[in-house]
Amino acid sequence: MNAPTIWIIAPGVIALLLMLVENRRVLSLTGGVVAVFLAVSAQFVPIEEAFRVGSLSIRIESSLNILGRQLIIQPSEGPLLALIYGATALWFFGAEASKSALKFVPLGLLITALMIASIAVEPFLYAALFIEVVVLLSVPLVTSIYKPPGRGITRFLIYQTLAMPFILLSGWLLAGVEASPGSLSLAAQSAAILGLGFAFLLSIFPLYNWMPMLMEEAPPFAAGFLFWILPTVTLIFGAGFIDRYSWLRNSPELIPALRYSGLLMLITGGLWAAFQNHLGRIMAYAAIAETGFALLALSLDLRLGIPILFFLFPARALGLALWSLALTILKERAPSLKYSDVRGLIRTAPFAVTGLALASLSASGFPLLAGFPARLALWDSLARASADAALWMGIGLVGLFTASFRMLAVLSMADEYTGWGVSENWLQAIMLGLGATGLFLLGIFPQVIQYFLAGLPTMFEHLGR
Amino acid sequence: MPPFLSLVVLLLAAVTSIGILLAHHWRWLVIFLAAQYVGVFVLALQHLPLGMATVKVIAGWMGAAVLAMTRSNFEEDASENILPQGRLFRLIAAAIVSLVAFAAAPQVDAAMGGAGMTVSSGSLLLIGMGLLHLGITDQPMRVTAGLMTVMAGFEVLYAAVENSVLVAALLATINLGLALTGAYLMTAARAVDEIAAEEEAEAA
Repeated sequence: MNAPTIWIIAPGVIALLLMLVENRRVLSLTGGVVAVFLAVSAQFVPIEEAFRVGSLSIRIESSLNILGRQLIIQPSEGPLLALIYGATALWFFGAEASKSALKFVPLGLLITALMIASIAVEPFLYAALFIEVVVLLSVPLVTSIYKPPGRGITRFLIYQTLAMPFILLSGWLLAGVEASPGSLSLAAQSAAILGLGFAFLLSIFPLYNWMPMLMEEAPPFAAGFLFWILPTVTLIFGAGFIDRYSWLRNSPELIPALRYSGLLMLITGGLWAAFQNHLGRIMAYAAIAETGFALLALSLDLRLGIPILFFLFPARALGLALWSLALTILKERAPSLKYSDVRGLIRTAPFAVTGLALASLSASGFPLLAGFPARLALWDSLARASADAALWMGIGLVGLFTASFRMLAVLSMADEYTGWGVSENWLQAIMLGLGATGLFLLGIFPQVIQYFLAGLPTMFEHLGR
Repeated sequence: MPPFLSLVVLLLAAVTSIGILLAHHWRWLVIFLAAQYVGVFVLALQHLPLGMATVKVIAGWMGAAVLAMTRSNFEEDASENILPQGRLFRLIAAAIVSLVAFAAAPQVDAAMGGAGMTVSSGSLLLIGMGLLHLGITDQPMRVTAGLMTVMAGFEVLYAAVENSVLVAALLATINLGLALTGAYLMTAARAVDEIAAEEEAEAA
């Protein structure tokens, strides 16, 4: 038995089988239970070590050969798999409440398995090919056959597809730079191509314009899932590049490039969010700002930055899951998610509005919520490295706060004589309540999540040590 | 590659990629796309064994067939039979892209460890034309053709430095996936019109 079969091929096969199931509740529960099982096993089952189950002695190998190349899941990557599958389980359990399980669970599980494959494949730059397959699978996830495709999905397809050639070519050029480190022109060419590849893949300014467009066109729950999984795995993939190529890691241009692009994402994401009049677009800009936080973490001293990067991930997953579930519920009760259509919805959908407000405040780094500890650690470390950068980060956060309070104000602006009522069903209320509780728990007891995150930097050979 | 064959292949790549850009009727677009993969096959053959180069052409043809079959299910669009607006603009833009591609080919050839001038020029031409196409359209079929053209150009160039079977298989999968995604988006775009037409007919 080997790890890639358990955490990549088996979930892929299960995802294909789930496509035959037509019961939403069964799909949501099965997908969620499978993801929880995969997460728990990734956290606690040792790889490359023999262990006993009753009278059986089992050893899980770390690699699997496919067409002359390898899929390798290192023992140190177990907690990362647990984090990804654990967050996927959250989305799957929420899928029933969002009434989107039919397409979401099978495609979501397949996408997650392929994303894990992109982390596991050797040579690692082939990850770009797996990410492209994920992009293609994402199109039916966020579109409907009964609705004409908008510009958002077209741009998403174009931008993400263009990333792949750049990443593959840069990988080849980077190997050349390793072989002849004195060639400055080759180094500049590879860095430029690599930068372009990641600019497309991570949707760096101004290539993120598909995200707000997609939030206007697509079901919020599915789009939120994409906004979580694509950047999370891409950031790990990008950190892998920095880890493997010493000239890149030691390049004096790397830190300013990461810091300026991170700040640009955070400031534009935050400020644009503050001026939006559409709840979905605000979530998209918050997701853009989240990627900015992650890039800022990578721009720090990597012994400090890598743990902060991993610390950002759980809050992002939980926050986006809650936010997109709340948006899905609100979208059912309003003609659109524009401010003019959602005014005063707090009186008819109080759980959804509370979930939305808490998720957006968490993204803004509001104290006691999940986003706060990681943002505080990041801000503190950034201020030590550059006071100017810390000031700009503050401006981005102010933008996100403004968006949160504007949203809350609009959603509370009901007519005076509108009565209070709860229109969410019990499942939606429970899922929203659990999500909100999770945000508070992660915010008040951040050390709990450290148990899972502490070992993650060891998946890199040079970073975070 | 003999100089004459090089010239023929480059001419084929240029004619087909410009044809895709200018074609107004979907049948011509698909014909040019399928013919483009013959050029891709010959260019890929410079660095890949026959079997792997064949995979590229077959995947491309299957992609073109998927697009054609999907489009053939829709009613003919009357506007496709008239001369399109901006054809001169597209031609001039294509000429500029061709010039840039041929001018940049020597540098790319040097950077790619001697891929060959024909391969470098052909791939840059395809990538440039594909990008130009993506810049001027948002129709699902045309976007798909543009992306397939960019990918074809990239595959030709990448074949010079990487001949892994896994990569060839994944690139073929991606090409087919692009065509299927395009077909899905085309169907989605049309389904709404058809439903609306049916509802109107019922109402009448």
